[in-house]
Amino acid sequence: MLLKKAEIQARTITEDGQIFLQKAAQDGLETVWDRYEVQKPQCGFCELGLSCRNCSMGPCRIDPFGEGPQRGICGADADIIVARNLGRMIAAGSASHSDHGRDLVEVLRKVGEGYAPGYTIRSVEKLQKVAAEFGIASDGKTPSALAVELAYAMEEEFGTRKKALTFLARVPEKRRAIWNKLGITPRGIDRETSEMMHRTHMGVDNDWQSLLLHGLRNALSDGWGGSLIATEISDILFGIPQPVTSEVNLGVLKEDQVNIVLHGHNPIVSEMIYEAAQDSELLALASQKGAKGINLAGLCCTGNELLMRRGIPMAGNHLMTELALSTGLVDMMLVDYQCIMPSLGEIATCYHTLMISTSDKAKYPHMAHHEFHPETAQAKARELVRLAVENYARRIPAKIQPAPNAPTRMLAGFSVEAIVAALGGSVTPLIEAIKSGDIQGAVGVVGCNNPKIQHDSGHVTLTRRLIQNDILVVDTGCAAVAHAKAGLKVPEAATQAGPGLQRVCKALGIPPVLHMGSCVDNVRILNLAATLANTLGTDISDLPLAAAAPEWYSEKAVSIACYAVASGVFTVLGTPPPIFGSPKIVKLLTEDIEGLLGASFAVEPDPEKAAERIVNHIRQKRKALGL
Amino acid sequence: MPESIRERVMVRFERCVGCHSCELACRVAHSRSGSLAVAILEEPKPKRRIFVEQAAESPAPFLCRHCEDAPCVRCCPTGALRFDEASGLVVYGVDRCIGCHACVMACPFGVIQPGAGDLFVVKCDRCPDRDLPACVEACPTKALVLERDFLLDRRRRTVRRFVEAARTAGTEADFVATGSIGNP
Repeated sequence: MLLKKAEIQARTITEDGQIFLQKAAQDGLETVWDRYEVQKPQCGFCELGLSCRNCSMGPCRIDPFGEGPQRGICGADADIIVARNLGRMIAAGSASHSDHGRDLVEVLRKVGEGYAPGYTIRSVEKLQKVAAEFGIASDGKTPSALAVELAYAMEEEFGTRKKALTFLARVPEKRRAIWNKLGITPRGIDRETSEMMHRTHMGVDNDWQSLLLHGLRNALSDGWGGSLIATEISDILFGIPQPVTSEVNLGVLKEDQVNIVLHGHNPIVSEMIYEAAQDSELLALASQKGAKGINLAGLCCTGNELLMRRGIPMAGNHLMTELALSTGLVDMMLVDYQCIMPSLGEIATCYHTLMISTSDKAKYPHMAHHEFHPETAQAKARELVRLAVENYARRIPAKIQPAPNAPTRMLAGFSVEAIVAALGGSVTPLIEAIKSGDIQGAVGVVGCNNPKIQHDSGHVTLTRRLIQNDILVVDTGCAAVAHAKAGLKVPEAATQAGPGLQRVCKALGIPPVLHMGSCVDNVRILNLAATLANTLGTDISDLPLAAAAPEWYSEKAVSIACYAVASGVFTVLGTPPPIFGSPKIVKLLTEDIEGLLGASFAVEPDPEKAAERIVNHIRQKRKALGL
Repeated sequence: MPESIRERVMVRFERCVGCHSCELACRVAHSRSGSLAVAILEEPKPKRRIFVEQAAESPAPFLCRHCEDAPCVRCCPTGALRFDEASGLVVYGVDRCIGCHACVMACPFGVIQPGAGDLFVVKCDRCPDRDLPACVEACPTKALVLERDFLLDRRRRTVRRFVEAARTAGTEADFVATGSIGNP
């Protein structure tokens, strides 16, 4: 059924999104928004975090109005149940990013051992730097030997009992003292997740406060452990991102080229596809089939990984993944894991699109499964690119609709290294700009899309307000793609910023919104914050910083938000987390936690009001610093 | 049925999964804020007008039937409860209520309850501001439906049972042979 104009506008602010929502409806597709509509109204107990399915005496629900049951069958009250549920969300999110990190450690080891043809070590400099942090001397060792040693040392971070994770050495001393005092210093990556699952088993930890504290420790094991390992090894294997120009929106899918779309989170597969797409033999085959070339485009964070390092264009973010297929121009979509809607395979059957799943741990309905392993990845990538090229001829002309709007230009690739380089070799100019007030502060606007919030409006509205107030915005993940589509990631966007930030952007030739990578790369923001704090000899929580996830949906986002707050960054969430069933927990996380960690959460679905709160927060922090 | 007469909320007991979503939605619909997260903090707590009880093996939601010859209306000494011909609902006017709770005793279903705070009694008002009552809208399995849908569903299921019974009982030829149809 066709959609009314008002319905479409209520779903997304993006031009390409609005066009292809109608195309999808014309083609009879059911999208994430349609499925959201029929799920409404959603279960109130679950929304409040008051339902528990942890054991088979239940399921149990607590009556939030106090008339019905106030305890689950085991005796758990609202506070315990909410804390247990939140803990499990953190554990799942932390496990996901950290398992992604583990996959990269495995590749690093195999590269060092010579079992991964096609992969190389692109940044020996970073390899040596990280190895040194792990106490491994580089002198006289080949990069391969060093890679193997580092991989083994990192594998130790996952399971072994330690006092603290190695990367904690990067954390400001004051912050580490706070963690030690609270007993939330993360010890092992898998250990904290595993312990969370243990604690939330029936009859283990039934103190909501200690459950929440362990939740913070679990999240820290992701932020300063699993995710950080994932980012650092990606840089070692695939290169440290440097500023690069590219384009974004569905207009990047080319009518006269073989379009291969890469979706998911893991750069291990996409990097090999990138190599294969440059292969002269396959390019010749493409031209033989009548195509003018092989065009790679990204979705979600696999896309962000390739964008940051290779400048490949982005087709869209989370809510655009189904609509990308509705162009009829995707000859192959490759997916690895995380945030891949299981609906994609079925939608692709309406077109000629080949859907390929690539991870041994992630299979989806209606997709062909081609597993990637480091040993054979190079050959597999060529095989798949060849299949995509051959599929070009099978396009269904009646179903093709190229995007009428031109792709938006953008600048990406702002790793911490790239930012420091842009500043002339140290963070001092940034600190000076903050001191002078040209830059009032910095905010990480990150996170997913959620059909509960008009697509991209949360991100874009909030970010526009922040830069108007001379606040530098750094971003990752789906938020980063939203900002790019809105045209905020070109140097000319500086005109939309306040006068101070405008001056800084013009002097450095940078946009007011800096793309720092995929969602696992939120640790880059964390690293930048730690570097600033360390340079000033202070704590992260003293700096005029904040974070926001205006449209978050995933468990990974819960873990990220928790490690941000635990690291001392005030964090505003747009979508309410399922904790409101326990007023005690809401009060702790939004108020009392400030006294313990120097940072707290806030929940504010309205991006205008969220911007106001963040601006006030930054003003307060500046005042406390005497600025 | 004239359009001005509101339809009753009917219950398809066999569909109820006991999720209590209707109870939550009812409370939110009758809260001051209208939002779940805020409503749970309101004092006095918003009251529900629908009750999911465990009856024998199955859960069963129950709410005011808006009886035409209602015991609550008949026993109400002040006319606070009355049957409204225009809407087809048993309506409650708190301004005339003296809080005797005779209606609470008289209701055979136990769905009129003593109020708290500014209300003497609390009963289903069929969400006057909404097209669909909040409980019906919230029911994920459509155990709660309006009268029209309920009747349609009942009729169709019954017809289906008849047809299926006829099919399994014999072919058309059997009927012809026994003289039931086509052989006057």
